[in-house]
Amino acid sequence: MVGHKIQILFSPAETGIALRLAIGKKPEDIIAQVKESKLRGRGGAGFPTGLKWELVQQAKGERKFVVCNADEGEPGTFKDRILLTDHPCKIFEGMAICGYAVGAQNGVVYLRAEYRYLREGLVNAIKKMKESNYLGKNIMGSGFNFDIEIHLGAGAYVCGEETALLESLEGKRGEARNKPPYPTECGYMGCPTVVNNVETFCYVPAIMTKGAQWFSEIGTMESTGSKLFSISGDVAKPGVYELAMGSTVDVVLQLVGAKDTKAVQVGGASGICVAEKDFNKPISFESLPPGGSIIVFNKSRDMLYVLKNFMEFFVEESCGQCTPCREGTYRLLQGVEMMEQGRCSIHYLHTLRDLAQTMLISSKCGLGQLAPNPFLSIIDNFKGEILARDRVARNSKKTPVVR
Amino acid sequence: MKLESRNNQIAQEVIEIVEKYNFQREKLLQILEELNDSYGYLSEFVMKEVAKNLQLTTTEVYSVATFYSFLNTRPKGKYIIRLCKTISCVLAGKNAVANALRNELGIDFGETTSDGKFSLEFTNCIGMCNQGPAMLINNDVYYHLDPEKAVEIVEKYQ
Ligand SMILES: Cc1cc2nc3c(=O)[nH]c(=O)nc-3n(C[C@H](O)[C@H](O)[C@H](O)COP(=O)(O)O)c2cc1C
Ligand code: SF4
Ligand code: FES
Repeated sequence: MVGHKIQILFSPAETGIALRLAIGKKPEDIIAQVKESKLRGRGGAGFPTGLKWELVQQAKGERKFVVCNADEGEPGTFKDRILLTDHPCKIFEGMAICGYAVGAQNGVVYLRAEYRYLREGLVNAIKKMKESNYLGKNIMGSGFNFDIEIHLGAGAYVCGEETALLESLEGKRGEARNKPPYPTECGYMGCPTVVNNVETFCYVPAIMTKGAQWFSEIGTMESTGSKLFSISGDVAKPGVYELAMGSTVDVVLQLVGAKDTKAVQVGGASGICVAEKDFNKPISFESLPPGGSIIVFNKSRDMLYVLKNFMEFFVEESCGQCTPCREGTYRLLQGVEMMEQGRCSIHYLHTLRDLAQTMLISSKCGLGQLAPNPFLSIIDNFKGEILARDRVARNSKKTPVVR
Repeated sequence: MKLESRNNQIAQEVIEIVEKYNFQREKLLQILEELNDSYGYLSEFVMKEVAKNLQLTTTEVYSVATFYSFLNTRPKGKYIIRLCKTISCVLAGKNAVANALRNELGIDFGETTSDGKFSLEFTNCIGMCNQGPAMLINNDVYYHLDPEKAVEIVEKYQ
């Protein structure tokens, strides 16, 4: 099964069938079914979806909310755009089933500002579903009410982090919150809130109609089902591919027609750079964590430049709230610039590695915790290439080696 | 006198928008987005009026407005060109497109043309990485760019 193209998300499915099945069941049974499918969040962290829903269902609160994270900002990721464009009803159906299961009547889609042109299509889809009584009041005569609104972001990558997203939804600066409490307990406006990725919600209708067992038999032990991969860079056929979890890097490269591949960045800027020796590794939560993004670099590419581009990204997108990330991303970028000029000694490189470790354990949110990923993995994989760079300013006394 | 009546008009428009959102604090971002759309940017006066109506401090409104890259606190061009500068678009030829846009508009990134028509900016990944280089002009997305195509698109906005 592994490595083959499969279709769960991209297969046509009539809207409403899964929802009708779901509201004929007890909320506990839906949650049990999602748990049994072993579906894990597709937004990056891979948290078990059924468990998240159960926490919200059991949390005390007058109101509860279902939030769909459509802030897709990770460099190299565009899979959610395809779902938002072609399969909005699957997303909304998944959200409604979630609402019924956890006891929420309101859903919000947090759509990144860069996708503003998708809003109209989404609003129309909601309207249509309301007309068919798949959303709105007394859904299909069950007494269950569920409404969805679209909330536009305003251009900030960090707002994809779930607590920063909630701050932004409340009309504040998108700065990550301290955790705990987690959103499942204290989310939007202090109410228990489910935050799931677009893709995560999309699997739910299929799990309802085809069953948890069917879903859990696809993929690997710890990573069930399929996964959408946004593939870009030096490949013949870039695009979004739906593959079984556990597909190896090799298989993916073959599928998209990549030649002379030097490295693959799995999981976007926050992900890990994989060199040729590891192309046989599977992409799954057990091995190479599957973000949505796969960026392929061929042998002509300068990996230090790639790293610089990623570090610039983090410097710009850090919210600046905590010091390890605000200062750390900047120092790592500076280090890369020194390496570029051949002015970074191995001693200083070790200091930067220590800094990266510090960021990993002391940053407040995932942005600062993950920013060292490309730094460490690119340096480790291509140390020789990096250390052997031409000293650009060899004759200039103004540019001493930094120790 | 003239300025005063203009300000009165703006104050009135701010009230209308805030009213539409039921004076809810948590709608601040939507309110600012709407005002940013109508005036092209959020002036100090607009932010003060929003603060007054939502019973916030001006600093609070300002701190939100400056956090988000799609909200402007200074005047910008009528059309904001945002060219993606993230890695997949770089691999696909973003630098050549950037040069063509610079040459065509006679300004550098971060600047606005003297007639107030165009602002040129870089942005991070806009989710078009399989079809790069890509850019946004206000809310419209353009992809598979090359220098020629980019300049032709800008020409249409002239
Ligand atoms: C800096 C940062 C950016 C993130 N961006 C996104 C995003 O764009 N979309 C998304 O679904 N999750 C994003 N996440 C993950 C969310 O915090 C959260 O884990 C996710 O929305 C949960 O949904 P899931 O369980 O369905 O994966 C981001 C996390 C971090 C730290
Ligand atoms: S880790 Fe970075 S993005 Fe996250 S809260 Fe700290 S400064 Fe902000
Ligand atoms: S890298 Fe340019 S759109 Fe994603």
